[in-house]
Amino acid sequence: MKMLKKLLTLSLAAAMAGTCLASCGNTSEGGSSDNAGSSAGGENTIVIGGSGPLTGSAAQYGVGVKNAVELAVKDVNDSGMLGDTKLSVIFEDDEADAADKAVNAYNTLKDKGMDIMVGTVTTGSCLAVVDYTKQDSYFQLTPSASAQDVIRNDNCFQVCFTDPNQGRASADYIADNGVAKKIAVIYDSSDAYSSGIFNTFKEEASAKGLEIVTEQSFTKDSKTDFSAQISAAKNAGAELVFLPIYYQEASLILSQSASADYKPIFFGCDGLDGILSVENFDTSLAEGVMLLTPFAADAADEATQKFVTAYKEAYGGEIPNQFAADAYDCVQIIASLIKQEGITADMSHEDMCAKLTAAITGGFSYDGLTGTGMTWSADGAVSKNPKAVVIKDGSYSALQ
Amino acid sequence: MGFLDNLINGISLGSIYAVIALGYTLVYGIAKMLNFAHGDVIMVGGYLIFTCATTWGLNPYLSLVIAMAGCTVLGILIEKIAYKPLRQATSLSVLITAIGVSYFLQNIALLIFGANPVTFTSIVNLPKISLFDGQIIIKSETTAAIVVSVLIVVGLSLFVGKTKSGRAMLAVSEDKDAAQLMGVNVNRTISLTFAIGSGLAAVAGGLLCSAYPVLSNTTGAMPGIKAFVAAVFGGIGSIPGAMIGGILIGVIEILGRAYISPQLADAIVFAVLIIVLMVKPTGILGKKISEKV
Repeated sequence: MKMLKKLLTLSLAAAMAGTCLASCGNTSEGGSSDNAGSSAGGENTIVIGGSGPLTGSAAQYGVGVKNAVELAVKDVNDSGMLGDTKLSVIFEDDEADAADKAVNAYNTLKDKGMDIMVGTVTTGSCLAVVDYTKQDSYFQLTPSASAQDVIRNDNCFQVCFTDPNQGRASADYIADNGVAKKIAVIYDSSDAYSSGIFNTFKEEASAKGLEIVTEQSFTKDSKTDFSAQISAAKNAGAELVFLPIYYQEASLILSQSASADYKPIFFGCDGLDGILSVENFDTSLAEGVMLLTPFAADAADEATQKFVTAYKEAYGGEIPNQFAADAYDCVQIIASLIKQEGITADMSHEDMCAKLTAAITGGFSYDGLTGTGMTWSADGAVSKNPKAVVIKDGSYSALQ
Repeated sequence: MGFLDNLINGISLGSIYAVIALGYTLVYGIAKMLNFAHGDVIMVGGYLIFTCATTWGLNPYLSLVIAMAGCTVLGILIEKIAYKPLRQATSLSVLITAIGVSYFLQNIALLIFGANPVTFTSIVNLPKISLFDGQIIIKSETTAAIVVSVLIVVGLSLFVGKTKSGRAMLAVSEDKDAAQLMGVNVNRTISLTFAIGSGLAAVAGGLLCSAYPVLSNTTGAMPGIKAFVAAVFGGIGSIPGAMIGGILIGVIEILGRAYISPQLADAIVFAVLIIVLMVKPTGILGKKISEKV
C-alpha cells in the first residue's frame, strides 16, 4: 500500500514537472513567433533592443519610447542612409520594475538576438540591467534613465540629462528668471530619481539664494495621501512647490492642493511630462505647471514639427512626449554612429559595442529634437541646454 | 493652525478607514472570520462606480447605488463559493482562502481594467467649508466621509439591536449551533452579513477614490490592511470600536507623517497596533474572546 502511494506521488510529481516544462516551451515559442516579423528581418539587419514599461503606472513613458523607436527605425530604413544594412526593433515590457522584471526583459532581448540596446526607460530598471549589459558587452543608450549611477559603466550613455543636472538646472531657472523665492519641495525619498534631483536642487538653490522653506517627502508605500505635505508647504508660505517626481503622484498632489485651496506655482522635471495624458485627469488642475524638459511638441522648428506630424499620423493623433523625442534621438544617434563607423550586421555585438563607445566619445556631435550640439563625455553624460515649458490651455508650450 | 489642519486631514483619512473597518468588524463579529478580500471588494466598488459614472456617464449617486448592488452580489458569491464550504474548517484555512480571494480579485481587475491607473472623478458634490478666513479648508470629501461613517455606525447599531435579522446576527455571533437550534437560519444570516459588509465596501470605495483619485487594481490593498489594523485597534467585532479605531489610526498616521517622519508614518501605525495589543489584547472596545487566528 505504502509503495503504491509512493509510486502515485512520484508519477504525479513527474506529470506536474512535465506540464511545467511543456508550458514553458510553449510560451517561449509563442514569444519568438510574435516577434519573428521584426527580429528575423534578414542577414543585413542590426537589431535594436528596447526595454521599458508598457503597462503600469509609468506606461506612458514606455509606450512613447516604443512608438518613437519604431518610427525612427522606419525613417532610417526608408531614408536608405545605411545602404544595404537595415535596422529592426524588438521591445520588451519591464513594467518599470527595479529588479527581476527588468532583468527578464533584458534576457528576453538577448535571446531574441539584440545587437544594440536602447533603454531602459526608467532609472530603476536601468540600474538593474547596466551591469549585465557591461558584462555581456552591449552598447547601451538610454533615452530617459537619468540617474548618475546609470552611466557608471563605460558602455552606457544617456540622451537625457542626469538627475544632478536636472536639479541644478531647475534651481538655476527658478533663480535666474525670478520665478519665486520661497520654495517647498515634495519628493519621493524611496526613489533614486527623485532624491537624486532633490539633492542637487537643494545645493544649487542655497548657492543661488533661494530659500527652501520646507522639505517634505513620501515613500512608495504611502503615495496616495499628501495632505500632511501640502499643509506643511501651505503653512510655510511657499510660493513655489518643486516636484521632482513622476506624474502619477504629481496628479494626486495637484488635485489635493486644489481641494485644499492652495495654489502655488508647481515646478517639476521631466517626470511630470505625460501628466496631461493621464486617463480622465482634469487638465485644468495642471494649468500653469512649469516643467524642465528638453522637448516641447509645439516648438516651431522644422525637425520638431516633422517628428510631431509623423508621430501623430502613425499613432492615432497622440502628441509625442519628451520621452518619445529622446527615444527618436537615440535611434538616430545610433544610426549616425553606425554609418560613421561602417558597422555591419555581421559584426558581433561586442565589436559593435567597442566601436560605438569609441565613436560616441570621440568628438561625435549630434543635432536632434532634444537639443543641438549634443556631445558625450567618457563618463556617459550628455551635454546640451535645458528648456522649460509651461502647461497652458491643456498643452505644453515653450518658455523663453 | 498647522496642527488643526493636520488633525482635520487625519480625521478625514480616519473616517475612510472607519467605513472600511466596519466591513471587517461586522464580518468578524458574526462569521468569526477575517475577510482579507474586503480591501479588494472596495477596489471592485471603485471600478464599478468609475465605469458607471465616467465611462457610461450615469449620475454619480445612481452609480454608487449600482456599485453597492454589484458589490453586495459579489460579497454573497464570494461567501457561497469560497467560504461556505469551509464552515467547519479551522480558521487558518479560511484565512488563507480569504487571501486567495484577495489575489484573485486583484488579478481579475488587472485583466479587465489593465495595469494603467485611472483618475477617478469625485462623486462627492458638496461645498467646501472654509474656516478662519480660508486658513483651514475642510474638503467636501472630508465632510462626506465623516457624515457617512457616523450614519453607517448609527444605522448598523440600530439594525443589529432592533431588527429581527440583526438579532439573528447577534445570536449567530454568540453561538452558531445554539442559534440554529432556536430556528435561526445560520447560512442565510452569514450571507446577509457578507451582503451588508460588501455593500459598505462599495461606499468605502466611493469615498476612498473620491478623496485620493487614483484607481488601480491594488487600490484597496493598503487601506484594507490599515483598516484591519483600525478594526483590531478598536476591538474587532465592535461596531463603535471600528469607528474609533479608524479615526485614531488616521490621525496617528497623518500626525506621524507631519511631525515625526513621512518615512516612518506606516511603521508608527503598526507600532501602535503592537503596543495596544500588548496592553489590551482585545482592543479598545473589544470583548474577551477565546478564538485565535
